[in-house]
Amino acid sequence: MSQSSANLIALKTVVHREIMRILRIWTQTLIPPAITMTLYFVIFGTLIGSRIGSISGHFTYMQFIVPGLVMMAIITNSYGNITSSFFGAKFGRYVEEMLVSPMPAWVMLTGYVLGATVRGLAVGVIVLGIALFFTSLDIQHPLITAGSVVLGAVIFSLAGFINAVFAKKFDDIALVPTFILTPLTYLGGVFYSINMLGEPWRTLSKANPILYMVNAFRYGVLGISDVNVAWSFVVMIGFVVLLGGFSLWVLKRGIGLRS
Amino acid sequence: MSPVPALVVDNLRKTYEGGVEALKGVSFRVEQGDFFALLGPNGAGKSTLIGILSSLVNASGGDAHIFGVSVRKQRNAAMRLIGLVPQELNFNQFEKPFDICVNEAGFYGIPRAVAIERAEKYLATMSLSDKAHEQARRLSGGMKRRLMIARAMMNEPKLLILDEPTAGVDIEIRRSMWQFIDGINAAGTTVILTTHYLEEAEQLCRNIAIIDHGTIVENTSMRSLLAKLDIETFVLDIAAPVATLPAIDGCTLRRRDERRLEVTLPRTQNINALFAALSAHGITVISMRNKTNRLEELFVRVVEHGRDDAPRATAEAGA
Ligand SMILES: Nc1ncnc2c1ncn2[C@@H]1O[C@H](COP(=O)(O)OP(=O)(O)OP(=O)(O)O)[C@@H](O)[C@H]1O
Ligand SMILES: [Mg+2]
Repeated sequence: MSQSSANLIALKTVVHREIMRILRIWTQTLIPPAITMTLYFVIFGTLIGSRIGSISGHFTYMQFIVPGLVMMAIITNSYGNITSSFFGAKFGRYVEEMLVSPMPAWVMLTGYVLGATVRGLAVGVIVLGIALFFTSLDIQHPLITAGSVVLGAVIFSLAGFINAVFAKKFDDIALVPTFILTPLTYLGGVFYSINMLGEPWRTLSKANPILYMVNAFRYGVLGISDVNVAWSFVVMIGFVVLLGGFSLWVLKRGIGLRS
Repeated sequence: MSPVPALVVDNLRKTYEGGVEALKGVSFRVEQGDFFALLGPNGAGKSTLIGILSSLVNASGGDAHIFGVSVRKQRNAAMRLIGLVPQELNFNQFEKPFDICVNEAGFYGIPRAVAIERAEKYLATMSLSDKAHEQARRLSGGMKRRLMIARAMMNEPKLLILDEPTAGVDIEIRRSMWQFIDGINAAGTTVILTTHYLEEAEQLCRNIAIIDHGTIVENTSMRSLLAKLDIETFVLDIAAPVATLPAIDGCTLRRRDERRLEVTLPRTQNINALFAALSAHGITVISMRNKTNRLEELFVRVVEHGRDDAPRATAEAGA
């Protein structure tokens, strides 16, 4: 048996186990985001949105926020999936099953990231499906749309993985989403265009990585963006490389996992 | 040329964060096909050592080679050769035994069809077939331990390491576990076992290392260790109470209670002479047994010796 086929089997096993977990607890993994996002659509899109008028040209407020909300659902769910699954494995000690196996660190990392990405994208599809009950969307640039959601999901899976590795108790995996992720998401141009902001907020907003994901995705769907789309992709790929490299380094050193 | 040893442990050290020095330079080897006992009191460093062998614990110094493969330099290749039954439960309680075993095989790169076959086989050997598709948390304590043995067999390891596999397991199941592990060993797998049931080690193992406070205090064959036992203590149940204890040459006689005596005598001493003398004094012995298991007696002596450097004249192991 060759090394690469062994790695492929190990990778499939990790991904399969992650997907089974998502399906086993679907009431916690797939339903809550659908409910939250429906509320956003009803309140911001329909009730309030109808009084806001159009933003950025000829789009309704509802159309404007749909890409942002879909992206928001994707990143919070990718992040949440990997933190609870990986920290759960650490807490329940069954991460040791993988740690004592010959599986290389990168296979384990890729498996968890793929699992979390699947959850993020599944939720994204569900939310997008719900959105279509409220408004209509023509996807302008399919490749940019697909590329930005996948990159967004991968980035936040990696970030969640790092969070889970360093977490020592369940509180630690709730802390980052509450104090960092949620504020960044709300300030990342989901609900407004940064062109509506005055200085210095407009420039400061550009330090927020979520802004680039939301805008790249919005460009893919609607064809409009607050920032240069090519630059958005550079930023996103940069984050994947940075976070991926750091995760791998941590995993190889066994930080937080091996005593 | 002799075959490469199944395990060579070379000057392993471990200092945990916080400063506990769990291993202070441990070295020993285990030959291929051996059944090896790793014994020591609580906190001696056994699980730490096993943790290093299975890569769960990072060594602070030294290295170990499994069939010649370095644990520290070629981790992935070394892990392929090991099966581990850890001391603490470490499977997902919400998964099913069958899935736990099949996934374990997957982590080792074993194709799914083979994995399914093996999962059925080893769950059956561990008498868990009827629990294979129930959530693992519904298994009894003993069943959970057996599940960990089945799981460790999924990659059919060349070296099987068991960290107190029989803790909390009833007599009958313990016997069947012994039989299973003995069978695995007879089929060629090298086995390393830690246990606090010394009679288990005495029955199963051929070679032994005793570790205490992070150092090896004894490393020899079970036979030569047992041969070191120069005195033995027996408990005698007697028919009627005796007023005064007779003095018998070479033996130390003590009263334990009304109807029980304890006698300590050198292993070279003829027991017939003891009984003749007891008869002569009108003492009728109804039954007799070893006060402690032989290995237990030695174990206590070795460990105590290592501690205060003062061998005790007579071993009086608390049973
Ligand atoms: N993760 C850890 N962090 C800090 N100290 C530890 C850790 N694990 C073990 N120790 C310490 O290392 C020493 C050896 O522990 P170890 O678990 O190896 O003993 P053991 O021989 O397996 O004991 P037992 O028979 O009770 O299982 C103990 O003093 C223990 O407190
Ligand atoms: Mg232990």
